[in-house]
Amino acid sequence: MSPDRLDLLQGTLDLMVLQTLAAMGSVHGYGIARRIEQVSGNQVLLNQGTIYAALVRLEQSGWISSAWGTSGNNRKAKFYSITKAGRRRLADEAHDWERLSSVMNSLFSMKKGHETA
Amino acid sequence: MSRLRRNLGRIAAFFSRRRLDADLEAELAAHIDFATEEGMQRGLPLAVARRQALIQFGGLQQAREQQREARGFMNIDILMQDLKYTLRTLGRDPGFTTVAIVILALALGANIAVFSVVNQLMLRPLPFASAQQLVWIAPPPTKCGLSCATYSTDAYDEFRVNSRSYQDVTGYFAFSSADNLSLNLGSAPITATSIDVIANFFQLLGIQPAIGRTFTPDDARNGASPVILLSDAWWRRQFNADPNIVGKAFDIDGKQTTVIGVLPASFDFGAVFAPGTKVDAITPLNLYGPPRDWGNIITLIGRLKPAISLEQARQDAVRVAPTMCWNNKYPQSCGSYKDSVVPVPLKDYITGKLRRSLVVLWAAVGAILLIACVNLSNLLLVRSAARSKEFAMRGALGATRARIVRQLLTESLVLSSAGALFGLLLAISLITWLAHQGAVALPLLSTLHIDGAALGWTVLIAVGAAALFGLVPGLRMAGGNLHETLKDSSAGSGQSRKHERLRSIFVVSEVALACMLLVGAGLLLRSFMHVLDVDLGFQPERSAAIKVDYDDNVPGDKTGDLTTQKRSAILQQVLARVGALPGVEAVGIVDFLPLGQNRAWGTPFPKGVKRPDKLDTGPLVYVATPGYFRAMGTRLRGRDFTWSDGPHTPNVVLISAAYARFLASFAHWTNNDPIGQIITSDPSDSKNDLHIIGVVDDVHEETVDGEAGWQIYYPTTQASPAGAKLVIRTTLPPATLATSVIRTLRDINPKQPLAEFRPIQSLVDHANSPRRFFMLLVAAFATLGLLLAALGIYGVISYSVTRRTTEIGIRMALGATASYVERQVIFNTLRLAFIGVCLGAAASLASARLMASLLFDTSPWDAATYFAMAFALLAIAALSGYIPARRAARISPLVALRAS
Repeated sequence: MSPDRLDLLQGTLDLMVLQTLAAMGSVHGYGIARRIEQVSGNQVLLNQGTIYAALVRLEQSGWISSAWGTSGNNRKAKFYSITKAGRRRLADEAHDWERLSSVMNSLFSMKKGHETA
Repeated sequence: MSRLRRNLGRIAAFFSRRRLDADLEAELAAHIDFATEEGMQRGLPLAVARRQALIQFGGLQQAREQQREARGFMNIDILMQDLKYTLRTLGRDPGFTTVAIVILALALGANIAVFSVVNQLMLRPLPFASAQQLVWIAPPPTKCGLSCATYSTDAYDEFRVNSRSYQDVTGYFAFSSADNLSLNLGSAPITATSIDVIANFFQLLGIQPAIGRTFTPDDARNGASPVILLSDAWWRRQFNADPNIVGKAFDIDGKQTTVIGVLPASFDFGAVFAPGTKVDAITPLNLYGPPRDWGNIITLIGRLKPAISLEQARQDAVRVAPTMCWNNKYPQSCGSYKDSVVPVPLKDYITGKLRRSLVVLWAAVGAILLIACVNLSNLLLVRSAARSKEFAMRGALGATRARIVRQLLTESLVLSSAGALFGLLLAISLITWLAHQGAVALPLLSTLHIDGAALGWTVLIAVGAAALFGLVPGLRMAGGNLHETLKDSSAGSGQSRKHERLRSIFVVSEVALACMLLVGAGLLLRSFMHVLDVDLGFQPERSAAIKVDYDDNVPGDKTGDLTTQKRSAILQQVLARVGALPGVEAVGIVDFLPLGQNRAWGTPFPKGVKRPDKLDTGPLVYVATPGYFRAMGTRLRGRDFTWSDGPHTPNVVLISAAYARFLASFAHWTNNDPIGQIITSDPSDSKNDLHIIGVVDDVHEETVDGEAGWQIYYPTTQASPAGAKLVIRTTLPPATLATSVIRTLRDINPKQPLAEFRPIQSLVDHANSPRRFFMLLVAAFATLGLLLAALGIYGVISYSVTRRTTEIGIRMALGATASYVERQVIFNTLRLAFIGVCLGAAASLASARLMASLLFDTSPWDAATYFAMAFALLAIAALSGYIPARRAARISPLVALRAS
């Protein structure tokens, strides 16, 4: 694995999964993992296997639901989709994320300004 | 909300592991398939595509573990794993498992049973609603027994009306004797015991009847139709638990008496207020009928108002007492209760005396549990030493120290849970047995059972014990050096030396604990022997008593002379007929037997001597026939009563030696001899003169181990007795006479009920029963403790011999003789035991004060007991060491050295 890939922050994987499901509807585990990799342009260091722990966590919390189904190429797979509670959770989390990242951004820009002064 | 859901999901996951695992497997397989397919679409060959897919996936096993961890509780999984492993290893070593569980079951069982007793008698409130509000109202203890511990009906009324501290005050008639009621169902009358209570008794205690109703004030009025409440036990025994009993009337003492209710099984009057006796029925006490002139007859029980403290109630009683009159008809009797109305918590009155005994008992079983824990620790240490390689291997494979300790603690918990389970069964049988010891005069005994609190205690001590005996070997084991253990092939170096010291500590502490137990038991045993040696003032062996029913009622007898004549004729006939039976040596009749009911009639004082203002209240009164003292085996100086002492001859009395000495200290009698002197309670009228015709031995009237009080005896021909107990002294075992005596009594009076023919010895045994009971329990626990300690010593020494086989082999090869080796092992054992005995004896000496109040005529520092117990313990230790020592001596150097 290339050393310049991002390590995932605690909890961000859950958020990524929720967002993926919100955007794509009903998807199986492999689909979710691939989607995250594609969207991130392969910048995220993701062991695809870790996604299953995230999925079981989210499902037990009632934010996603799952059902066995058949894929386009006729393969049996478990499909996940986001629930109403999951959407609310995603909205809350996204809001928090934006607030945090704007705080971080302003912190970093302040540091730069201070150095040049 | 989502968190709760999540946790529920995790718990649910534990129970559907198999399905979830299958699901996950299918999902993972699909994942790899998708990835492989995608690779192949990009033109990769199958094998390469699959490899790529697996790389991207990043470890199937990790994914599985992660998912399982996320979906369930890891701890439960580990616990299940440990449990499975523990059961397998324990199953592989059934000898060890059995010994460990038996030891634990004995120790835990004893603890659970004693806890139940302690909880019932000491920790829990009495079995009444808001029991903390209940108080017992009585004067401080005096010489005059029950008469001075009770109040008259007028005093009760005054106290009840005038006190401000109570919601209500009730009481019961304190002078009911056993078998005081005779139920006539057509054939021979059946006797039973009933107690008269004031009508508000059950309301005050908060007791609801199982069926029917309790008393109302109307039931206790003059002319009220007789009613009765049955105890649950009597209702079942005598009336076959007839559900329609309420409203039925029976001939009781010749009166049609209606059953108004049955008391709940949870209320046993005897168990609470008269330990060791059975009370079959409760009847209402008519406060305003004849009892009004009976003097002090009522014991008082009050229920405090919610906000009133005991101290306030005490002050209140001090205020009310001077206004209480013994009898409102005699104004001079008002104020006689000054300083003798003191409320104490009812619970203190009922179980307060036992507190010390219970603490000792509790400490004894605590010591047993400790000994058992030490034993278990040692067994586990030996076992874990044998398993040290296994643990080292697990450590090498990545198990953390905490994980290994956890595994060992799981084993301890499994053992102690099994022990607790069997212990609980043991405790249940012990408690059931105790609850049926009706003859033991301990309160609340019949209500004993294993309840929620006892179960909680079981869990607590089982877990506590597991932690105690599991932790030390666990830490020792897991703390070992990996490399050392893996390399070290022979048991006998490094690690084991540390264990050796630990084991010595085990032996010393076991012996010390056993020593304390033995000393305690020894002191109690010695006390009990001394109690049995007490000169009671009568000879209980080979004599027995039976209640005699007679009718001396003469209608229209104004002076009472005719009644007295009729009574003496009946009693003379009874004595003559029974006295003529073969095997009967002496017969006599008395109204109250020693160690039972009693009463006092003031303090007769030497005539012509000025009475001091403050006089100890007086001797206990007994009304007896000629021959009673011979039948009872009480020595008499002077002359006995005769039948010619009658209503028209001078009044005669016999007094006890102690009372005679007391009187002599005021009067100037020649040679201080009271015989022939006159005493009186009322010097104003010479009709009340009492001529002392003799002095009898002091009789232990109330307790065997207390002081003998004062007694005065009146003849049945001059004073009216409260019933009659026929005392028979025989040359045969008393029981053999029962049928012929009862047949004779029936012959004289067909109404004579089937009363119990009680050996006098049983009265003494009854009085001694609490002491005997505690002594036996402590002795049993001490024996158990000694046994466990012996087992422990044997275990430790035996293991150390095994471990040192090589060393002993070398010594013998170098010229040590077998007897030298044997002596060394025994000497080593004795050295440890000696240290233990010294420590235990020191601890016993230090805590001796705890025992002091339980002992009779025995010093808590009694040297003989200490030496005897120390010697016994050392002997047991030597014996426990002897078997392994013999084994050590038989070690063949050749075999020992070859084996290593």
